[in-house]
Amino acid sequence: MRAITDIIVKLFVDNGFVMSFLLVGIISLIANFVSSKLTRGRIHASAIAIFFGLILAYIGGKVTGGSKGISDVGMFAGLGILGSSALRDFTIVATSFGAKLSEIKKCGLIGIASLLVGVITGYLSGALVAIAFGYTDAISVSTIAAGTVTFVVGPVTGAALGAESTVIAISIACGLIKSVAVMLLTPMVAKKIGLNSPRAAMIFGGLMGTTSGTTAGLAATDASLVPYGAMTSTFYTGLGCLLCPSVLYSLTRLLLP
Amino acid sequence: MIYGVAILSACMFIGTFIGNLLGLATGLNSDVGGVGFAMLLLLIITNSKKVTEKLPANYEKGLNFWKEMFIPVIIAMAASQNVFGAISGGVLAAVAGIASVAVAFLMLPLLNSLIPKASKKKAEAEVEQ
Repeated sequence: MRAITDIIVKLFVDNGFVMSFLLVGIISLIANFVSSKLTRGRIHASAIAIFFGLILAYIGGKVTGGSKGISDVGMFAGLGILGSSALRDFTIVATSFGAKLSEIKKCGLIGIASLLVGVITGYLSGALVAIAFGYTDAISVSTIAAGTVTFVVGPVTGAALGAESTVIAISIACGLIKSVAVMLLTPMVAKKIGLNSPRAAMIFGGLMGTTSGTTAGLAATDASLVPYGAMTSTFYTGLGCLLCPSVLYSLTRLLLP
Repeated sequence: MIYGVAILSACMFIGTFIGNLLGLATGLNSDVGGVGFAMLLLLIITNSKKVTEKLPANYEKGLNFWKEMFIPVIIAMAASQNVFGAISGGVLAAVAGIASVAVAFLMLPLLNSLIPKASKKKAEAEVEQ
């Protein structure tokens, strides 16, 4: 018996990437069943599958102490390849096949506006919460605020300003929570906030940033909206890296003694 | 089929190259909107009849395959996130992360109702013309 399980584990470890198709297929199958039988289609199967993914990621992180979710467990390492940023970006580009260029042209200006509003409100939310939790120095407040923009901007800003490593760690956690929250909450509130058109999706991508969160959230809401949200969100991190350590930090320093 | 995948790969390469050039120009030394440029490029190519006429048959199959693979990739991505780290990041991180998302949710209808009035009028004017 032991020998057989050993063979199975070895097959999964050696062919991780190929096995990841099987694993995601099984997750999708279970999610489809839960969606159609338990929620009578009220909750999108993709939303449930993404939720299952997040639970697996939590378990993986708890068991291994690593930072790559379930893919830190040897036999599930293939999920890390299938879910890598390279394949994520590759499939995001593919989603634009069949999208309407005219819709994107129409929303150029509002897309840029939403990016600016998104970075500034993200930064402000983070800064206010940091101050509420007792941080008073401009460097720590800016780093946490930048992390709330996205978990890439936090460490970039923190490193540029010379923030403490614990503050940088908190800033990354802020961005991670944001990303997970967007994935889970978007399908729940989509109807209420009018997220049902390409234009709304482009504004949404600009406001949220986090490409992972935005695309997963939109996939769980209405997959045809993904390319529009992804389009704007891919500019968000760059804009955040540009604004946070410079203009926004300077303003923070002016306001905090 | 492989031609479609190759086109996709070429768009990604050129797009991220432009993104990296933009990153170099802004002093960030990283990719700024590379995926966005790649998407635009793919849209321009596949929306132009002149180009698609010359493409080998069945090129769409390769593009559609990876388009369909998007959701499985996102599921795998979700499973590879540092969720444990996020949740053990403490109350501050949870409050800040969720607050920023809530604010963005509130901003969406606001921004969405600001501009469409103008663009709707424009669209109507275009129809009249």
